[in-house]
Amino acid sequence: MKGTEAFQELIPLINDEPVVHANGFICRESFALKDREANFYMIGSMGLASSIGLGVALCKPDKKVIIIDGDGNVLMAMGTLAMIAAEAPKNLIHVVIDNEVYESTGSQRSISSKVRLDEVAKSTGYKNILRVEKKEKIKAAFLKLKDSEGPNFLLIKVEPGFDPATGRVTHTPEEITDRFMRSIG
Amino acid sequence: MVVNVISKIGKGLNVTALTSQSFIERLIQEDYKFFTGVPCSLLSGLIYELEDQKGEARYVPSVREDAAVGLCVGAYLAGSMPVLLMQNSGLGYCLNAFTSLNLIYKIPALVIMSWRGKAGKDAPEHIIMGDIDQALLKTAGMEYSILSEENCDEVLKKAKQKICDEKLPYTLIIEKGLFDERH
Repeated sequence: MKGTEAFQELIPLINDEPVVHANGFICRESFALKDREANFYMIGSMGLASSIGLGVALCKPDKKVIIIDGDGNVLMAMGTLAMIAAEAPKNLIHVVIDNEVYESTGSQRSISSKVRLDEVAKSTGYKNILRVEKKEKIKAAFLKLKDSEGPNFLLIKVEPGFDPATGRVTHTPEEITDRFMRSIG
Repeated sequence: MVVNVISKIGKGLNVTALTSQSFIERLIQEDYKFFTGVPCSLLSGLIYELEDQKGEARYVPSVREDAAVGLCVGAYLAGSMPVLLMQNSGLGYCLNAFTSLNLIYKIPALVIMSWRGKAGKDAPEHIIMGDIDQALLKTAGMEYSILSEENCDEVLKKAKQKICDEKLPYTLIIEKGLFDERH
């Protein structure tokens, strides 16, 4: 499955949950498919989508919080997986779109072809961990994790192949902050 | 270690020493409720006070200072006023997070940063950062004050104004001896 196909499966499963997006194509694909006020598009600060999502989850324990991350981001901030496992927010779902490359900078290889990120999440202490490689499996896996106490981890293995014509997020960073805060209440 | 026993805070009626305990209580009263960071011996008294809090305020240990910035951003987006505690050695890790996240998204935080390497008198690894940390903050356009018992009221007021009105991070620099060290 291509990264775009993973988003096409995943995004319709999200209702009113706040979603924190990693930078690069993660932001751009989600924005292009369905822009929402409850989407926080992190356009810089690579590696920090996971810690931002953890902060939201800890301060809003009654809301399910979703992080959509990438392999490069997770590898950059692997210690944050340990923080998530240690704080253990029941309301957090960490989805990782893993294409094994840094695609938005020209598809240089990442090391996730050699390091299993689902095993890393498991060993840090996430509650439920699922790995999917076929787009038909995304819906069942995501809904199962959404209904189970977290922190939960969904690794979606994809082939590279985002469309470079996919536009950038057009909201200003300040607008992204205001919209997200308004939607989360 | 310097321990300040007594001083006047406010307009002369409240006579309270600036201690780790009184400072943390003061921050919590001012509605700072979410604390995270990476320890420094100069901040050890503050962190132990935070770990002892029984109320709404919480301290979440971070593994790196930039992850602590991310956590503070998430807390702020979810409606809590965040505080980041770190040694000045963590400033390097944080600069990209401050410049490509907080400063452009207008997401504030109170940063409590210890000053190791002041005046070149410290272990070798602290000397360069101890010399340049304030210049780095200035270059990034981030305001700060060196906290003292005498200026505490005024500095907290200024920090609050920057945070609430301008939505910018504000840094309090902590020198050795201002707070007790517990190790």
